[in-house]
Amino acid sequence: MTAILEMRNITKTFPGVKALSDVNLAVEEGEIHAIVGENGAGKSTLMKVLSGVHPAGTYQGDIVYKGDVRKFATIRDSEHLGIIIIHQELALAPQLSIAENIFLGNETASGGIIDWGACFRRARELMAKVGLRESPNTLITNIGVGKQQLVEIAKALAKDVKLLILDEPTASLNEADSAALLNLLLGFKAQGMTSILISHKLNEIAKVADKITIIRDGSTVETLDCHKEPISEGRIIRGMVGREMTDRYPPRSVTIGEELFRIEDWRVEHPQHAGREVIKGVSLNVRRGEVVGIAGLMGAGRTELAMSVFGRAYGRNIRGKATLEGRVVDIGSIQKAVAAGLAYVTEDRKVLGLVLTEEVRTNITLANLQGVSERGVIDDAREVAVASRYRQSLRIRTPSIYQRAINLSGGNQQKVVLSKWLFTEPKVLMLDEPTRGIDVGAKYEIYGIINELAGQGKGVIVISSEMPELLGICDRIYVMNEGRFVDEMPAKEASQEKIMASIMRQYGTKQ
Amino acid sequence: MSAPAPAVAPSTTATKEMRSELWKDNLRDYGLLLSLLLIVAFFYFWTLDPETGTHSSVQPVNITNIIMQNSYVIIMALGMLLVIVGGNIDLSVGAIVGFVGAVAGSLMVYAKWPYPLVIVLSLAIGSAIGAAQGVLVAYGRIPSFIVTLGGMLIFRGLTGNLLLGQFVGPFARGFQNIASGFIPDITEFGGIEASLPDWAHVKLLSLLIGVVGAVIMFAMSLRSWLRARAEKMEAEPLALLIVKNLIFAAIIIGIAWNLSLYKGLPVILVIMLLLALFYGFVTTRTVVGRRIYALGGNRLAAQLSGVKTERLIFLTFANMGLLAGLAGLVVAARLNSSTPSAGNSFELDVIAACFIGGVSASGGVGKVMNVVIGALFMGVMNNGMSLIGLGIFWQQVVKGLVLLAAVGVDVYQKSKS
Repeated sequence: MTAILEMRNITKTFPGVKALSDVNLAVEEGEIHAIVGENGAGKSTLMKVLSGVHPAGTYQGDIVYKGDVRKFATIRDSEHLGIIIIHQELALAPQLSIAENIFLGNETASGGIIDWGACFRRARELMAKVGLRESPNTLITNIGVGKQQLVEIAKALAKDVKLLILDEPTASLNEADSAALLNLLLGFKAQGMTSILISHKLNEIAKVADKITIIRDGSTVETLDCHKEPISEGRIIRGMVGREMTDRYPPRSVTIGEELFRIEDWRVEHPQHAGREVIKGVSLNVRRGEVVGIAGLMGAGRTELAMSVFGRAYGRNIRGKATLEGRVVDIGSIQKAVAAGLAYVTEDRKVLGLVLTEEVRTNITLANLQGVSERGVIDDAREVAVASRYRQSLRIRTPSIYQRAINLSGGNQQKVVLSKWLFTEPKVLMLDEPTRGIDVGAKYEIYGIINELAGQGKGVIVISSEMPELLGICDRIYVMNEGRFVDEMPAKEASQEKIMASIMRQYGTKQ
Repeated sequence: MSAPAPAVAPSTTATKEMRSELWKDNLRDYGLLLSLLLIVAFFYFWTLDPETGTHSSVQPVNITNIIMQNSYVIIMALGMLLVIVGGNIDLSVGAIVGFVGAVAGSLMVYAKWPYPLVIVLSLAIGSAIGAAQGVLVAYGRIPSFIVTLGGMLIFRGLTGNLLLGQFVGPFARGFQNIASGFIPDITEFGGIEASLPDWAHVKLLSLLIGVVGAVIMFAMSLRSWLRARAEKMEAEPLALLIVKNLIFAAIIIGIAWNLSLYKGLPVILVIMLLLALFYGFVTTRTVVGRRIYALGGNRLAAQLSGVKTERLIFLTFANMGLLAGLAGLVVAARLNSSTPSAGNSFELDVIAACFIGGVSASGGVGKVMNVVIGALFMGVMNNGMSLIGLGIFWQQVVKGLVLLAAVGVDVYQKSKS
């Protein structure tokens, strides 16, 4: 086998920070090469160097592609040679059709006039290749994330891709869509295509990767060959964090008290379609010191449930009874919900959680400015003290509390959002996908924080699509599907199979 | 390989990065101030009269003029800053200036109302107009561009209907003083002015206010520096702080000295300074200010953090209306008449001042100090170009280019970081 790509001694410095130092990567023709590493390890920077986002001259080292040293000045240069990146945040135009998106920037046109016949014909071919069963006329906004991911891949195929780079392709996909995507990659491999896969999901990597390169703190640690020896997840984690991680979930001593919060027969209608129930009579309770999980597939209504409970931040015509500490409580607006002692940590920290242009300090105090002010005037010293305290206790890795939130890595951003809500001193915390897109080490820390909160007698509700995570940290798990709770089980008795079975059983009885 | 990863990034690189961040922020601010000084210097040399050896651009009478001519832009820019930071725009402010001026003039001249009452009523009218537009933007969810475009047409039209092409005036001396009066001086009392030697023929009180102001500013920045150091926060080097403050103090005292050689501090300058201090405080130190920035930075995140975003947007517009009403009074007082064309295209000057001052068009970013400098920048340019006799149309071309250049530099800097 020959190497299609070799990155030799790549060093890339940003002002004050060495993002990559002497990184080496060799990818052979026709293999699936996984790159793993904690957030901030330098994976994305490496791919930006490769694709020409960081142009030649801004880094040291050589990129050898198909035998020649390449100096890419822009993304167009690398795309021209068939190196295509699909970024974690999808870059599709939501109000354009699938076909238009596939050929965006690469239109089937002559002299600036689009040949719509060719466009749709080729779009159909490409869609068939990636297994996307939709009309090419459908708008992107009307299809799910899983299908949008397929459109991105079709778009790459349209550009005659030789080396496909996928950055966290399954981060927002459910299990079924993820599996389909991975199978697609294996199919491409059989046809001789080379791919680089960046992922946090080690089980997926174990399934498809031929080789695994581990990056830590801007340097290559090692490259593992999956065909020489079976590689366990523990082995990969050891390389990533530089230590043995025997337990992925921190231990805790459970002391569960009396009931803290309860909702009964909670019903919510879709915000745009009156009369269409999204949440169909859900009842839930959480006790002091208890961590309750809500499992379910994408679109089961978990986020909608949590947000509707959190001061009607979602939905209309919300009915149901909420009781906190035994008394009926009015949580009809976000202000009231916060005052009552509820907190909701969103699944989408960039869009709904943080003011990215603002500093870490101001993000932390945003939900409880009363706590650092006197008669409407902010006390700087108190605010600095609060922000520093959370930076320390949650181990937020930032050069200073004056750093803008946009400059932090995903795990640290998540800790900032958590800090914001902890500072409101909530009684009940709802955490929506609290570890999405963050690395193993930071996950462990977040789990530790959750344990600590429960230990303080708070009630914690965790929504997660990663079932092992729910099994690892919860005391009790609700299973949600299509707007209803279909099952409830103590975590001790639960398993992934059992949860999936509960979801599927409901489909069975319906038909 | 088995060494544990460090828990926190090494502190040396951390502080270095922080310094460069701090430096970058400051550089932007100083860059703006520096360009203002540069343009002042430019016109200083350009307006040299070789026969008398004087520079007309820095004559006390001209400095006084610049302040009076631009007072309305600075006053409204303070409100516009909040509107734009909150993620909106207000195109109606020029029309509100005209309308409020017309109502005030009519009431004083035709209905013979006393001017203090008219002032109060005019401010109320301005706020009411702003509030009405605020309701439509915040609660009606109509884009602010459209609401205030409508407002602009409506109030421009109403002004015309009210005045029917007539100039209404003149007004009482007390009313005119808002825009063209000076604060009284201590030497005016008891007629001691005549007995003073020549060199002391200055408005002592005005000079004194300048000196005291400079000292207070120096003391305050030193105090916050000491506090920052006590809390081990990152602070700029002491030498830089002192040099910076000495320069500022020199500028303040220099301007006060300059003005005190003529008629002293204009009343409107005092009003402007108080307003700038007030809005500086609101934007940096208060809960409301903080929330407006959060709202502009990310409306959804602010909402989910319990911020009542609608009410805040409403407030920014009501406040803008109030300041536009004040500006309307100032313009009428300065012209000593209400005219149908008062306030024409003022909105453009005000918005340009904000953008030159580094306010982000997408919301969430902007500083009072910089907006004031931005407004002064425009004012000095207008004045200087008139002094050197550049045609009015070429002046527009130059202003447009300056606006593009200023924002271009901003965008370029942002893309680099």
